[in-house]
Amino acid sequence: MVESTRREVLKGAAAAGAGALALPGCAAQPFPGTLGGADWQRGHRVRDGRFPAPQGRAEEAAVVIAGGGAAGLAAAWRLKDAGFEDFVLLELEDAVGGNARSGRNAVSAYPLGAHYLPVPNREARALRHMLHGFGMIVGEEDGAPVYDPYQLCADLEERLLWRGNWQEGLYPASGLSTEDIAQRDRFFREMAGYRDAVGADGKPAFAIPRAGSSTDPRFTALDGLSFARWLEARSFTSPVLRAYLRYCCRDDYGTEPEHISAWAGVHYFAGRRGWAARGDGDRELTWPEGNGRLGALMGKAVAPHVRSGHSVFAVAREGEAGALVSAFDHAAGVTRQWRGRTVIMAMPHFVAARIAPAETVKGALRYAPWVVANVTVNRQPRGRGSALAWDNVSTGSESLGYVVATHQSASAGEGPTVLTWYMALSREDPVAARKLMMTRPLAEWQRIVADDLLTMNPDLAGAIERIDVWRWGHAMVSPAPGFLSDPARLAAIAAKPPVLFAHSDLSGLSLFEEAHYRGVVAAEAALAHLGHPFESLA
Amino acid sequence: MVEPEAPTGGAEDGAPASLAVILLVSVLVVATCGLVYELLAGTLASYLLGDSVTQFSTVIGTYLFAMGVGSYLSRHVRSNEIGVFVRVEILIAALGGWSAAGLFLLFPLVEDFRIALYGLVVAIGVLVGLEIPLLIRILRYRFAFRDLVSNVLTYDYIGALIASLLFPLVLVPQLGMIRTGFAFGLANVAVAIALLLVLRGRQKVSADLAAALIVLLSLVAGLAGADRIQRWSEVAFYGEPVIYARSTPYQRIVITRRGEDLRLYLNGNLQFSTRDEYRYHEALVWPVLGRVANPREVLILGGGDGLAAREVLKDPRVAHVTLVDLDPEMTHLFRDEPTLARLNGGSLAARRTTVVNGDAFRWVRQARGRYDAILIDFPDPTEFSLGKLYTESFYREVARLLGPAGVLTVQSTSPLVAPRSYWTVASTLEAAGLKARGYHAYVPSFGEWGFTMAGHQPPGDAVRLPAGLRFLSQASERAMFDFPPDMARRPAPVNRLDNQALVRSFAEEWGRYDG
Repeated sequence: MVESTRREVLKGAAAAGAGALALPGCAAQPFPGTLGGADWQRGHRVRDGRFPAPQGRAEEAAVVIAGGGAAGLAAAWRLKDAGFEDFVLLELEDAVGGNARSGRNAVSAYPLGAHYLPVPNREARALRHMLHGFGMIVGEEDGAPVYDPYQLCADLEERLLWRGNWQEGLYPASGLSTEDIAQRDRFFREMAGYRDAVGADGKPAFAIPRAGSSTDPRFTALDGLSFARWLEARSFTSPVLRAYLRYCCRDDYGTEPEHISAWAGVHYFAGRRGWAARGDGDRELTWPEGNGRLGALMGKAVAPHVRSGHSVFAVAREGEAGALVSAFDHAAGVTRQWRGRTVIMAMPHFVAARIAPAETVKGALRYAPWVVANVTVNRQPRGRGSALAWDNVSTGSESLGYVVATHQSASAGEGPTVLTWYMALSREDPVAARKLMMTRPLAEWQRIVADDLLTMNPDLAGAIERIDVWRWGHAMVSPAPGFLSDPARLAAIAAKPPVLFAHSDLSGLSLFEEAHYRGVVAAEAALAHLGHPFESLA
Repeated sequence: MVEPEAPTGGAEDGAPASLAVILLVSVLVVATCGLVYELLAGTLASYLLGDSVTQFSTVIGTYLFAMGVGSYLSRHVRSNEIGVFVRVEILIAALGGWSAAGLFLLFPLVEDFRIALYGLVVAIGVLVGLEIPLLIRILRYRFAFRDLVSNVLTYDYIGALIASLLFPLVLVPQLGMIRTGFAFGLANVAVAIALLLVLRGRQKVSADLAAALIVLLSLVAGLAGADRIQRWSEVAFYGEPVIYARSTPYQRIVITRRGEDLRLYLNGNLQFSTRDEYRYHEALVWPVLGRVANPREVLILGGGDGLAAREVLKDPRVAHVTLVDLDPEMTHLFRDEPTLARLNGGSLAARRTTVVNGDAFRWVRQARGRYDAILIDFPDPTEFSLGKLYTESFYREVARLLGPAGVLTVQSTSPLVAPRSYWTVASTLEAAGLKARGYHAYVPSFGEWGFTMAGHQPPGDAVRLPAGLRFLSQASERAMFDFPPDMARRPAPVNRLDNQALVRSFAEEWGRYDG
């Protein structure tokens, strides 16, 4: 689907006429491409109601999973792994995967959202078990898991455009004042201290899954203020350090340091203790299609149970016996019902609150909007300094840089590739940003993406073949100050069968590991409720 | 338009006497410059296109003819000869000054270099042809006709002598062709500026002066940036006449020829020289084939020039060669271009050969065959993308494709220049579960060069070599396995996808060597 209007074509011709005078790359030229995103027409229809009356009798299922993102798929995978088959998964979109979805063109597969999974911590047992099953863990050495080297991010992992030069790594390495260096070293020393810290309850201060973290007030007190305020209080004022931390917050949470909890800010640096043989603990797993690989493998494992294109619009509890789930089948244009003895609400909290208002509690969860653009280029980016890396970031850009889709799959250094460009719309208020996101036309997005990319890599002038833009209105939950005690979260965590919740919102951190954990916990609660034997992985 | 009969440029018109001197000096200068541009074009043509007799002959012929055209055209200049002369000088300064730099830069970019070359030769020739007739006309009232012709032609020929002596003895060796062009362009523009300064009071010169200053600045900038231009211009970089240059989506292929020596460069790195490539390819192929009882299926990874395949096909026991090379343009070139196909004996078009164009990193992962011998001949690990082809993960896939009694070899950079990088290949093959053994050969174009042999069983000493090899004998083959202390095995890391140890040590060791 190429959105090419007459006006764009005319503009293109005018630009070509002026081309003799224009500098290369400056001429406004339309690119082929598509404008996509989470299907908010379907989403808003759920919000606005007006679905036809159900047809036929409700189908019976022991477990109904509403939502096929990472959490819903993890729940389904967990049921299946326990040998439990009596479940159905309903997904609003035509494809499962949620944030972990992907696209593909003639050049490469590419992510539409999340694009990597850090080597999981020791405590992420269920996730490790799944990665084993997917062939991502290939053995054991000295008791630690060995990850498939093809799926660990290959060197060179990261580079940063800083003061006109590309350098290896994401922290600026040159032009630092002694104060910059002192603050940097103090910051990372403090973070290392938090990483190794253990609370009075014997749990690590910061864990992934988050639920494994200590509740020692020594650490949870950090949730009382914003990360920015905490940094001020600790006299972390170095502009280089602050710019780096802002990048980190936007990259992991889609939000500015002023709007996230200090607990979440520290968690970013202190939560990861990846456990792997051969010193691979600090590595990431990644694939050309990003976490689309994980979404697709989970989807494949439970494919017979998946009903996509079904908008769940109502979940009504029927006492202790179960709940009635109503969903609109978009292909057939009819409403269908399922009667589940347990229902797992695997969706963001703001959606769950509309579908099952009686089961949810009002909270203050906010969501960050993101734009992801996949830019097909006919040659690889270059630049002065460091060679092309997997993740390429510029200190001078409001975007979060780009990852190279063919980084893992090929060795060919010069050929075409797809660059996945990320932008968290964190400057604006989320509601205004979502409005902007929905109304801005494709050509304007393409211009923003191309301008940003060509500023980072002027060498790509003339190399861009198409730009496909994907919009996420509610890409990730923002761990705002106070999120640890948010009533909506706590109520969803405490829910008991027959209606359970599974989503990274329950953790307050939009990470694949968290979504997976919440899916597994909900599935195991369902299994326990139904009396199906299993060995807990949570 | 009536040609003014009244003397407009005569000594009587109040013009300073310095004008006559400047004009006579300018005869000397323009004559020198004119010949220098001609020599530059001829040298460049033979340098870039080969066959110097033909190139010099045609360039000089074209140039002289164009000068004739210029002389003929001079009749259409009916007034203000001196103004026209100044403009001609400015134009020659720009064109001639930039000629060498421009041709070097243009060479890899244009489809037909000859059009650019002869276009420039004609343009400069026409302009130079205008100079002497105009000068004679300008000076016609200052000298008696007899003296005038004598003076002008004397200076003209002296200038030619100066140029022809300076060019080979001083200019090319000391300045190089690019700087020479700029320097003589400056001489031309200096003549123009000197004349404009003298004429200042008598006619409007500001526009011409501005043009002259712009040209002057561009030439000074060119002179100052000559080193950078030289670097951009790969022709100057190779130092040998380039006979083929092409950018494919994967690499830059350049082939140079000097006399009988043909060389292939990929991304500026020498891949072979026809003078000694037999040493390299015999060392790559025969120690492996000579250790395999029955090498029926042979796999070559890289080696798109077909030279390794040529050696392999000499072995009648080989039933089939599979060659995997990334770049279709490379294998097509070496299959279809007669000169190059002769070098590899038509190995890429042979019935026993199957050429696969694909990324070897991907190809080995999905390949299902079993090979008795595998020859791995990739470019040096200068970048991360190439470094992937030297990793443990890659060798594990290769090991899967190697038959139980099969032997493989890997070109593994210089054990003398980069010993740690060299032995990293052995460490990595061993980490992939193979038994590795290093050997090395002297290849003059490369220096001391290393290979690493490996198999599921430790490769032994016994080797059967065919008759008729130029480099390898039983004795010289045995000697390749001996490593003197400066190249001896040392601890080296395993090169993995997520550490790329080899790319880093390779850059460090060669960086130190290259200074």
